[in-house]
Amino acid sequence: MDVEAAKLIGAGLVSFALGGAGVGIGIVFGHYLSGALRNPAAAQGQFPNLLLGFALADATGRFGLVLGLIILFVF
Amino acid sequence: MSEPVPSEHMSGFALDPMHQFKVTSLIEIPFGAINADFTNASLWMVIGVVFVLVVMLAGPRKLVPGRLQSVAEMAYEFVANMLRDTVGDAGRPFFPFIFTLFAFIMAMNLQAMLPGSFAVTSHIVVTFALALVVFIGATVVGFVKHGARYLRLFVPSGVPVVLVPMLVVIEVISYFTRPISLSIRLFANMMAGHTMLKVFGGFVVGLGLLAGWMPLAVTVAVFALEILVAFLQAYVFCVLACIYLNDAIHMHDH
Repeated sequence: MDVEAAKLIGAGLVSFALGGAGVGIGIVFGHYLSGALRNPAAAQGQFPNLLLGFALADATGRFGLVLGLIILFVF
Repeated sequence: MSEPVPSEHMSGFALDPMHQFKVTSLIEIPFGAINADFTNASLWMVIGVVFVLVVMLAGPRKLVPGRLQSVAEMAYEFVANMLRDTVGDAGRPFFPFIFTLFAFIMAMNLQAMLPGSFAVTSHIVVTFALALVVFIGATVVGFVKHGARYLRLFVPSGVPVVLVPMLVVIEVISYFTRPISLSIRLFANMMAGHTMLKVFGGFVVGLGLLAGWMPLAVTVAVFALEILVAFLQAYVFCVLACIYLNDAIHMHDH
């Protein structure tokens, strides 16, 4: 296969990382919401943890983006 | 499949999304074989540090704080609470370090949101240096506090003897990938965010007046998200630094 074509295919495959990030962010916010509806009094205290979880899940998708940029522009 | 489009120079100014990360030398400083030039990255670091110093030190300290003093006090309390929640009272001596780390990353991330500025934390050199300081610092603290017993951090307690060798290998690997994951998280977030903004900005220019408002709306939304991310990544970096410190100070017996 042509190297140029392989690079583009690889960069496209990297977008699968977004699926993982989407699932992760959905789980973080969904579980926070269900927990907050069960016990609204405790919800405020867990808000920093929610943001932490969001940032960690969000980062995985961005790893994929950086990987794609590396494939496209560095090699 | 066509040739990759030369993304530079469309109607005069650079639309290449990676162009914004280019480090250019502003003042050349001869320093032997090492390149010690004063670059645009250095310039924005200096601006950020001066900004933090102004916020933290400017003005007389009053009992009823003004706006600037309120910001300084909020930042102080935020970091102090974070350190107390994760490390406990044993972490108090490390407060200046964590606060400096937080203030530096926060200032770098936020000033990078100014159009035309330079995103210092989107360079892995910078973030890896910061992460390495945290990693080596935490390791030194652990060895000073516990001596050779600190190595027991790698041996999880309460597992069958058969599993111990495998788990030790995993623990060692996970310990030594800490600086890598810590630095790449911050660097990837900043770089991806700024590239994304630039790509959507390019769409606005490319689509023109007729349809350009659609990517413009996206850009505004992404900009808001990026400000949140700028804060969150500074927070995450410092929380993880605190967690590593906590591991070093209390080991697993917490």
